Amino acid sequence: MAAPPSPLHALSRLLLLSLLLLASVAAAATAAAEEEEEFTEELLLRPLPDIKALAHFQFRSSAPPSSAAGRHHHVFPKAIAQLVQQFHISELELSFTQGRWNYEQWGGSDPMSTNYAKPPGVELWAAFDLPLSEIDATWKNLTHTLSGLFCASINFLESSTAFSAPRWGFKLNEGNLRYGALPREAVCTENLTPWLKLLPCRDKAGIASLLYRPSIYKGYYHSQKLKLTSSQSFGIIIDQTLTVVLQPDTFRAKHLHSTDGQLQPSWSIKDLFNRKLSGKCLVSKSSRVFLEIEKDIVDKIDKSGTEASWTNELFVLSTAPDRVLKKLNSMDAQSSSLYEYDVSNYNDDKPLDVSITWKLPLIWSCTPAPYHVNRFLMGSGNERGSIALSFRSTNLHKQLFGSSNDCSIKAVVFQVVPWYVKVYYHSLQIFIDGNSKAISEVVDKIHVTPSEDKLLPGTLEMLLRLPCSMESATLSLDFDKGFLHIDEYPPDANQGFDIPSALVTFPEFNSSRSYPETDTLFVSPLLQTFKEDGVVKSYTEVLLVPLTTPDFSMPYNVITFTCTVLALYFGSLLNALRRRIGEEERELKKTATKRGLIPLLIAKLRGKKVDPPPPGSSPASLMSIKLLLKVVFVAVVAATFHYLSNS
Amino acid sequence: MAIRHYWSMAAAAVGFRLVLVLFGGDLHLASRPEVSTPLTSIRRLAEGYWLKQASISPYSGSMYHGSPLLLSVLGPLTNKRSFGHHAHIYCSLIFVAVDFIAAMLIRATGCRLQIARNRSLKSLELTEAVGNSVNRSAGDIASLIYLWNPWAIVTCLGSCTSPIENLMVVIMIYGACSRLAPLAAFGYVMATHLSLYPAILILPVCATTFLCTLAFIYLIMSAIYLDSPLLKTVFFFQIILLLGYGPDTPTTKLFRLKSSSSGKTDISNKDKSSSSRDVQQFSWKQVFYFILWMLFWTCYVLLLSSIILNKVGGLQEMFEKTYGFILTVKDLSPNIGVLWYFFAEVFDFFRSFFLIVFNTNIVFMVLPLAIRLKHRPCFLAFIYTAIVAMLKSYPSVGDSALYLGLLGLFANELAEMQFTFFLFFGYIGVSLLSPVMHNLWIWRGTGNANFYFATGLAYTCLQTVLVVESVSSMIKHDRKLRLLVTA
Repeated sequence: MAAPPSPLHALSRLLLLSLLLLASVAAAATAAAEEEEEFTEELLLRPLPDIKALAHFQFRSSAPPSSAAGRHHHVFPKAIAQLVQQFHISELELSFTQGRWNYEQWGGSDPMSTNYAKPPGVELWAAFDLPLSEIDATWKNLTHTLSGLFCASINFLESSTAFSAPRWGFKLNEGNLRYGALPREAVCTENLTPWLKLLPCRDKAGIASLLYRPSIYKGYYHSQKLKLTSSQSFGIIIDQTLTVVLQPDTFRAKHLHSTDGQLQPSWSIKDLFNRKLSGKCLVSKSSRVFLEIEKDIVDKIDKSGTEASWTNELFVLSTAPDRVLKKLNSMDAQSSSLYEYDVSNYNDDKPLDVSITWKLPLIWSCTPAPYHVNRFLMGSGNERGSIALSFRSTNLHKQLFGSSNDCSIKAVVFQVVPWYVKVYYHSLQIFIDGNSKAISEVVDKIHVTPSEDKLLPGTLEMLLRLPCSMESATLSLDFDKGFLHIDEYPPDANQGFDIPSALVTFPEFNSSRSYPETDTLFVSPLLQTFKEDGVVKSYTEVLLVPLTTPDFSMPYNVITFTCTVLALYFGSLLNALRRRIGEEERELKKTATKRGLIPLLIAKLRGKKVDPPPPGSSPASLMSIKLLLKVVFVAVVAATFHYLSNS
Repeated sequence: MAIRHYWSMAAAAVGFRLVLVLFGGDLHLASRPEVSTPLTSIRRLAEGYWLKQASISPYSGSMYHGSPLLLSVLGPLTNKRSFGHHAHIYCSLIFVAVDFIAAMLIRATGCRLQIARNRSLKSLELTEAVGNSVNRSAGDIASLIYLWNPWAIVTCLGSCTSPIENLMVVIMIYGACSRLAPLAAFGYVMATHLSLYPAILILPVCATTFLCTLAFIYLIMSAIYLDSPLLKTVFFFQIILLLGYGPDTPTTKLFRLKSSSSGKTDISNKDKSSSSRDVQQFSWKQVFYFILWMLFWTCYVLLLSSIILNKVGGLQEMFEKTYGFILTVKDLSPNIGVLWYFFAEVFDFFRSFFLIVFNTNIVFMVLPLAIRLKHRPCFLAFIYTAIVAMLKSYPSVGDSALYLGLLGLFANELAEMQFTFFLFFGYIGVSLLSPVMHNLWIWRGTGNANFYFATGLAYTCLQTVLVVESVSSMIKHDRKLRLLVTA
């Protein structure tokens, strides 16, 4: 089957290899299944309670361990493979986000908000498989590489003031993890294009062809993420996801039931993305579209007595799904259901355009996180302030664990503050339901890396134990605002500086959802991510801290003024010290008899007759010789210096 | 003549402070840029203490830059919060006591200076000519100035650590004036440990001792060639020396100076030269003791520091974070000086150059001043303190309060100083304008950094005028005495 070996040419070698690969695929499909590069594409659509719609694209490419497959890839992006090899990355996550995930409306403890709700701007973390001493240097190189790959200023994370090494607040690790965030980074198509280049079909075919730029960038939330895991045993897996929250264009149900409740817009794929889905990317192993209906709606349908099929009394889907999946959960009687469409059944002639049409006005809500977390600044002026972190209970624990009031809920706070926000960690104050509490009552564990001027950001990792009965809690930390050198201000200095989002994790709450598998051979990556153990997380707002500015136009004035004052001090003090009044009087007497050169000149200019100089011009000639010597000396010194500095 | 009601006035000053501390509420003085600097701020100290309690080095991060000794003394007090009062009330109470002790030591120093002055005037038989015209009790004046100085009060209420630094400088001067080598050495080592700059106060000591020996060689020569024509000038010189030596005393130096001056008086009284030699040896012994004690205290302080920092950091880190921080002006937050704005604006490639220039500027004047004013070591110490307060990297009004207090010690000598009116109202004007400009710039956002910097410039100019004027009027005063003697 294989072509005759002709190992002289690199090109022919490559050809040979791909032929061999193809051959092996043909020969032993099942045996080589593990060893093959795979690509899958999936799209999840979900109506959101506030008349918006969520669309989540997930593309997974995987490559077998490099030792087995060599350096050549056919669907896996080579750039990523080289990146992993070069920097010995074991895990990496890079996200570009515009807008903020609305935890109250869009849900706080489902897999979507846990995994794909990201802080605004760029967030990058990576864990390395390297000795600890080499990690910082590798991180710096990695940031530069990524910034080249994604056309973004990720290289700003290179500076040691921009990244930190959390130990347990972000993700448990042994010191090989680095975390950095750029809250101000703007995200646009220039970041999307290189991201699409990593896909085998780009946006020319398959699900990615729905990425119509005007519609995805006009959304309320846009988060583009690359997650990479690599290990010796299973190779490299990259998950490229794009999560957008869109406002559907049409209100077809405008006139329906406008009297009671909120009208949900009916929408279709065409409404959201301005195009229909016409077939899958040919190299993809599987290509599916899911439509997820939240638990709350499913409950309502069940209450009305009908089965939660694709057409019921609340809504109708335009196309019959290929499968309906229901969440497996022993604790919940009912849970969200997924309607699955296999894109390979559709083509140009019969494009897929799923639409949902609501029959009744409906109010529902998504499962919130145990606490709504907000962060804000207190104080005015440009000298100092406080950061406050507030927790508002959503009483989720009562639904989950019953209503016992003597329990407590763990929350881990992870926060990085740039060095110019000088936090006084001793000023930590905790108020629970408005009453001040001792730190030791609430804080179980705290780890602080204080910030170092122009060197290190401050990192705060804190494990809180909040009582279940509490309604709200507020943590506050005082800080002083730093003063920067004029070169350190960004071009728009008066806009202020951003403090990256804090991350609050609730380790006792899990967002995983598992659905029954019908196909044992193939697991959908999307459902797999849903099933993974996901701790509930919430990112807080980015804070904007205005810092005071010096006058940027003044450096020369400041330098000259300051130096003048110092020269004044120096000169006048030296003058006061060396002045001898007695001698001055004597000198005065002398000059009265002996005229100097200047009075002589003045007298001449005035045309007065000058007395002949006193006889004995030897002092004058001595003076001139001295002067001459001085000039010669200076000239010699200058010449020597010049000679030495030239040679 | 002693000041009437001295004790009631001193008690009133202390009472005033106590009233403000206990009932003044939180005046937020601890975060005023005029009061607390990154080196002396009590909030930073509290942060350092908190870090140390959390088994992290207090110097990790850029918060704390003070001494580990202060950390263990004041740290526990910052922990106790009492509601209704301001956060660091216990520290403030300590600082009230510290201020009082410092004022008492200034008074004692003043008394010694007064005695020395009277003695020298007497020996010169100038008591009638000079003494009666101006003879106020300088110690009382100085200590009252220190106690009632609004800046000292504000510093005390703002509970930053500069009262302690001031106390150490005062201890050093007092110890030197009263020939207590261990005390002087203790004050010197502690002051240097706390804020580095008082280190230059040793230089007058060394320089003056050296000059002193030269003078003695002169004296001996004059005694030998008693009948030579040289005698007249030498004698003249001796008198100048002794005039100066009388009223003044620097750190350890002053005994030597005093003893040497007394030796010279002997000589001028045509005593034997051997006696002067004895005196000279005696003073060397004092210097020797001083150096020994200094070494001892240095070792002691370093040992204590390393014990306190044990397991959380080392001495190396301490030096980097305290002295290194002082010398490299890393913190650019505004203060009443000029260097913060200078280094916020200066181009990066000039930074090291100007750092060197500004730091040597402080040291540069030490030697010329020591040469000219060697006979007045105590005055020299005052001038050095003023120069340091003017040129140090993180100045505060607490430093000014110290040198203004010391200025009172020379009330008699500087009675004819010029520009006092201008200086007095200049100081008042700056201390009123500076907070206004700061408020406009930082809090209201309507002003500009340049306005605040301008008050800093004006303040530096005022201090320059004060230093130059006091030096030149002291020189004039000496000349007047000399004229009186020769007349």
